[in-house]
Amino acid sequence: MKTFKYMLRNPLSLTGTLLLLFFIMIASLAPVLTEQLPYQVTPYQMPRDGFWQRPQDPSSEHLLGTTQGQYDIFYGLVWGTRTAFKIGLGVVAMGAVFGTLIGSIAAFYGGLLDEILMRVVDVFMSFPFLIAAMVITTILGKGLYQMMIALASFGWMGYARLIRSEILRIKEMDYIQAARAGGVGDVRLILKHILPNSLFPVLVQATMNTGSMVLSAAALSFLGVGTEVGYADWGQLISLARNWIVGTGGNPFAYWYTIVYPGLAIFLFVLAWNLVGDALRDILDPRLRGASHV
Amino acid sequence: MLTYIFRRLLFLPVVLFALALMVFSLSMLLTPTQRLAVYCPDPSYMKGGVEQAKALVELYGLDDPFLVQLGRWLGNVIRGNLGWSESTSMPVGQALLALFPATAELGLLAMLPIVLGAIWFGTKAAIHHNGVIDHSIRVFTILGWSFPTYVFGLIALMIFYGWLDWLPSGRLSHWATMEVASEAFRSYTGMNILDAILNGNGRVLLDALRHMVLPVITLAYVWWAGMVRIMRSSMLETLRQDYVTTARAKGLPERVVHNRHARRNALLPVTTIAGIIVAQLMGGLVITEMIFDYHGLGQFAARAAQNLDFPAVLGFALYFALILVVMNLVVDVLYAFLDPRVRLE
Repeated sequence: MKTFKYMLRNPLSLTGTLLLLFFIMIASLAPVLTEQLPYQVTPYQMPRDGFWQRPQDPSSEHLLGTTQGQYDIFYGLVWGTRTAFKIGLGVVAMGAVFGTLIGSIAAFYGGLLDEILMRVVDVFMSFPFLIAAMVITTILGKGLYQMMIALASFGWMGYARLIRSEILRIKEMDYIQAARAGGVGDVRLILKHILPNSLFPVLVQATMNTGSMVLSAAALSFLGVGTEVGYADWGQLISLARNWIVGTGGNPFAYWYTIVYPGLAIFLFVLAWNLVGDALRDILDPRLRGASHV
Repeated sequence: MLTYIFRRLLFLPVVLFALALMVFSLSMLLTPTQRLAVYCPDPSYMKGGVEQAKALVELYGLDDPFLVQLGRWLGNVIRGNLGWSESTSMPVGQALLALFPATAELGLLAMLPIVLGAIWFGTKAAIHHNGVIDHSIRVFTILGWSFPTYVFGLIALMIFYGWLDWLPSGRLSHWATMEVASEAFRSYTGMNILDAILNGNGRVLLDALRHMVLPVITLAYVWWAGMVRIMRSSMLETLRQDYVTTARAKGLPERVVHNRHARRNALLPVTTIAGIIVAQLMGGLVITEMIFDYHGLGQFAARAAQNLDFPAVLGFALYFALILVVMNLVVDVLYAFLDPRVRLE
């Protein structure tokens, strides 16, 4: 409750929360906001109005114009919001669960197992993230789920390290000794007594990560190893805009709408998560709590 | 100090082996036919159809047990043979070496504004904690942190290339490329700026710098944000320490307290983060080089990935991981050098 009040009092986190609510609304209202055509197999496939390469200016028919290949930008943005939530939450959930599992095992059993698991973490961390994700999507092939797996398989190490250090700290506390003395088994001890007390830092980390995962996913789409062609995805819209940023001879900004709208969508979405995550971190850090109003 | 470096160097092969193992295991997810390219130094063998491919799978032992293939592959890698890259029509190892200077030049040049700017702005924000300057810097960094590199780069290109026509894309203008390739121009490092200085060629130097402005700003802006935040919180922490109070009590001017006493210690975490930023910068390099048509390793990797050129992508990943490991080693040694507490452990 306290957390909630803090979030609403602080202008930055309030902005973040409102933005997030806005995106949730767009995502849930997607079928109402856009018109699906009978031949569409899935609403995530952007409908095309012809096969022209040249983008079309915004009009009454295409609210924000069309991009290369006559994909409707408005449609792509609206359904792309769902894609962004899927990617952000999905990848972070996979990474957090797996990382928590590895971190808990390492911290709880310690010794050789801990040493081995942490060295594995080190090796995973010595790959540049985006490049690692690029390699895996190259191998798995294009597609939303392949991309999510690629991002998650190099996105769990932070959680593992975090949860490990949290558990190491909590493990030594008196109430754990008491529970042990009371005959509580290993699994129960981890699940009921240790994990609930170490989850908040993971939550903060996850919130901060959601935005950056969406950024990375869009980067993969931009590089051409992300979603399939025509999939409603903001990164894909930006990659479709690439050939048109110099405009026409007389008018360098002729096709501004192809890049500005999708760019703005990604920016605001990531910003929302970062603002909320930043506020959560301030709340978590007792040294900063109450010290200032930001 | 020397023992510390020595100990770290001993660990290096272990990490490298683990990295190689991982890259190899990833490639084993592919079918033998797909992997054929990794072992096939000459692409013309591939044109013989299914029968030929089957024969080649047999010949190169792509159906062999995992360990046998691993041993053979490691042997090749150690001898510097990373396979053939279809997308660039040359051996992967050769392509990596040829393109490395361009990417190193861009990366190093981008680190300058990131590090110097972060130190300066981070200090300013911490000194004026909760003041207007602090808030502006904080908002600015959060905005930067959320701004996608590719959007920033494309919009920069739209304005400075499309509209104003001040700054070009690519690595060099056509005439400068010819000049660099000519007999008279000696290539010392492969980095255009450095070579132009060494050759005393002002025109090429200027041209190379002009091409660098946009990519460097694009790379720097996003990572700069994260770095400023670290510097700010580290400086805030340091300013609360007792010795800073002591310095003030001695009657030292604020400027001296900030610059000579507090900032030095506040730099320590920044050193560590710089290592991590370098790692993330590498991902940024791929995108930045793609946007600005900068002919370097990043563009090579992105093209290879688009063309499903597995040997090139895997070779590139291994190569960058190696650079990253070495970079981390340098950062750790630097850290130990700066902080005596680490050295004594």
